Amino acid sequence: MTTQEWKFTAKDMAIKPDLFTSGHRACAGCAPAAVLRLVMKATRGPTIVTQATGCMEIVGSIYPYTSWNLPWLHTAFENAAANAAGIDAAIKIMQKKGKMSKEHIDIIALAGDGGTLDIGLQALSGAVERGHDFLFVLYDNEGYMNTGIQRSSSTPLGASTTTSPAGSVIPGKLETKKPITEIMLAHGMEYVATATPYYWKDLLTKVRKGLEVEGPAFLHVFAPCPRGWRSEPSKSMEYSKLAVESCIFPIWEAVNGIRQLSTPSKILQLAPQKKKPVKAYLEGQGRFRHLFLPKNSHVIDQIQSLTDARWAKLLKQCETATN
Amino acid sequence: MSSKDKTWKELGIAAVCYRPSVGFMTGDWKTYMPIRDLEKCTTCLTCVMLCPEDAIRFRPEHGKIEFDLGFCKGCGICANECPTKAITMKLPEDEE
Amino acid sequence: MTAKVIKQETTGMNGDEAIAFAVKQCDVDVVAAYPITPQTIIVEKFSEYVANGEVQTEFVCTESEHSAMTASLAASATGARVFTASASAGLALMHEMLFVTSGSRTPVVMAVANRALSSPLNIHGDQSDSMAERDSGWIQMYVENAQEAYDTTIQAFKIAEELDVSLPALVGLDGFTISHTLENVNTLSDDAVKAFVGERKYPMVTTHEGKQVPFKLDPANPMTMGPNVAPAFYFEFKRQQEEAMRNALIKIREINAEYAKISGRSYGNGLIDAHKLDDAEVAIVVVGSTAGTLKVIVDELRSEGIKAGLLRIRTFRPFPAEEIKNALKNVKVVAVMDKSMAPGAQTGTVFSEVRNALFDLKQRPLTTSIIFGLGGRDTAPRDLRKIYEDLMKAARVGQVDSLVRYLGLKE
Repeated sequence: MTTQEWKFTAKDMAIKPDLFTSGHRACAGCAPAAVLRLVMKATRGPTIVTQATGCMEIVGSIYPYTSWNLPWLHTAFENAAANAAGIDAAIKIMQKKGKMSKEHIDIIALAGDGGTLDIGLQALSGAVERGHDFLFVLYDNEGYMNTGIQRSSSTPLGASTTTSPAGSVIPGKLETKKPITEIMLAHGMEYVATATPYYWKDLLTKVRKGLEVEGPAFLHVFAPCPRGWRSEPSKSMEYSKLAVESCIFPIWEAVNGIRQLSTPSKILQLAPQKKKPVKAYLEGQGRFRHLFLPKNSHVIDQIQSLTDARWAKLLKQCETATN
Repeated sequence: MSSKDKTWKELGIAAVCYRPSVGFMTGDWKTYMPIRDLEKCTTCLTCVMLCPEDAIRFRPEHGKIEFDLGFCKGCGICANECPTKAITMKLPEDEE
Repeated sequence: MTAKVIKQETTGMNGDEAIAFAVKQCDVDVVAAYPITPQTIIVEKFSEYVANGEVQTEFVCTESEHSAMTASLAASATGARVFTASASAGLALMHEMLFVTSGSRTPVVMAVANRALSSPLNIHGDQSDSMAERDSGWIQMYVENAQEAYDTTIQAFKIAEELDVSLPALVGLDGFTISHTLENVNTLSDDAVKAFVGERKYPMVTTHEGKQVPFKLDPANPMTMGPNVAPAFYFEFKRQQEEAMRNALIKIREINAEYAKISGRSYGNGLIDAHKLDDAEVAIVVVGSTAGTLKVIVDELRSEGIKAGLLRIRTFRPFPAEEIKNALKNVKVVAVMDKSMAPGAQTGTVFSEVRNALFDLKQRPLTTSIIFGLGGRDTAPRDLRKIYEDLMKAARVGQVDSLVRYLGLKE
């Protein structure tokens, strides 16, 4: 892994042609779409993208139109990582046999939280264990949005979805968010990181670092969905910033298991008074509106204490960092 | 001929896409449109980077930012994130 | 100009080993597979070849069959020649991806060591697994013995990769009966097989860049594969697959004949293999290894003056309806033996399709369905001989005993 610090300047990135183009059919204010656009900006050469079924896969490939200006493969929902495995195997051997030019090709597997944490977990774990050379990018909008906002294991505690609705007896989802990055780290991966699109430079750098790994790398990107979260489309980037500021979604990277907080989260470690209460994040999101009823206030307390506990644990895990 | 009229013999195999999506204008989705105060714009390019549609483009040859209303869906992220509040979202009739 | 029959080596191999050997010779780029009895010997043998540097193949031990088919499809989409193998529950787990692989028009070749499906669990041979996948859009060819397993695997790559076919192909061999039974197998030289199979060619497609390029993932020619299509389009792509199957009917015959020139072995006309059927009064139709035993029975009966015949269906998909109709039209009574069962269908799967093929004949044979051999239930030669005797009786009285019966069932 190279230690070079990439400097992605806005000017350079702004004029780089988009590989995920205009004309896609995502909702107005869709953060996953912005994430995909940014991820594609960070590519460094010949790239093949493979994607799991989901919002971003659908909106960019409505036949006969395509928003993808590179080779792109979709097959099914649970197997983005297995697609990547097949592509990786094919490239390796065909280059060895002289059936394909020897120029390096990066492989990016894209999936939502459904296609990563739930139905996609097996293929992901298998591909990572076998050491295929690919970057897996999870765009996490915390639900199965494309099929109508059903809960996933990435949906946070208390969120109202169509399969974990806030009713008169049950206040939304009762389970906590599955810690996918911990699962990925347990595989012993060379590079695991989290990012949000608001801090786009950080996101681009992490994509590039993931691509540089010769082997599997995993990037978990937080991506608000105004439709599913019943939040303002104009605030999708604001929420991705609030998530960091309230420690709901800290951003960090782990190189060979050694974790380091990224600057926006590091600031909160050094100046804890800047940490915002989770209420500031939950407010304005329709999926959490029921939590502001007096009878559900205990859930907000639960969310706060879970967030604090996870943050404290993360700080401890980062203590072993070299700087 | 509209794509929808093509027979099974005319369509290529395996549904390989044959039109780039830049041929599909999403601009008519918008309710609000972004209006810019050019005096406040510092060309920080935040709007260019965060627009989910690639509907805001930077033209280095004249150092200007262009809004492509043909694709802009009116989400308002640009207005919300602009550090100098150079962009406001307005209804088209308010601008006439 | 006739090609000369190539000098061949004779080696003791079981069906699984014969297939692994064939794959070794076909310059396969990627093998992505998951083990399941009774296919395991194929992947184990192939792993040995890889470990000993005898093949230039990327061998991916996927974590499930679903991922095996996915990785196979994706590798094929990237331009590689791909092989995989499965059986029973593994094939069933791939079910979703079988349809996707066919719809994606990627020419993956898969060996299936036919085995019963759960529940209850049974590791022995029957054809329920691949019969259940007959709707998936895969070419399906069933072999009679290890020799044919070797020959058909080689042919399968060529058939699947034909430009106007471009469909994945399944080679079925009866679990344990063929997969694990040692036979003398005559193998061609590496060069002969390589020359026969050739290099993979790609159909041309038009991309969103307006270019006409080879159909594969290639950064030089950006292409979107696997989009979502509206009701306005889906039907047309399915019709394209049907057309590819119709083209396969022709190509399978051609390739069988071409292969016969260099090997000295031809399997009927490639689609169906008829044995003493020309003037037969009674006949059995069957798929797979049972045909081997039936041929011996037929010869025995013929020596006694009984006009018995046998039709082995080698290619089940595409279904060679015309050939079957022509082969059976003068037979008085036909029994179709199914080594699989679909509860609720009342009669066998192959039976239904054969009967369908015969329906338009002005003079139709009497037909009867026999379900047999499920879960590895053995069928003795005397039971098979008895079927012919029953058919002779039916020919005399002008009526079959029953529409369907279960041979070997304890009832």
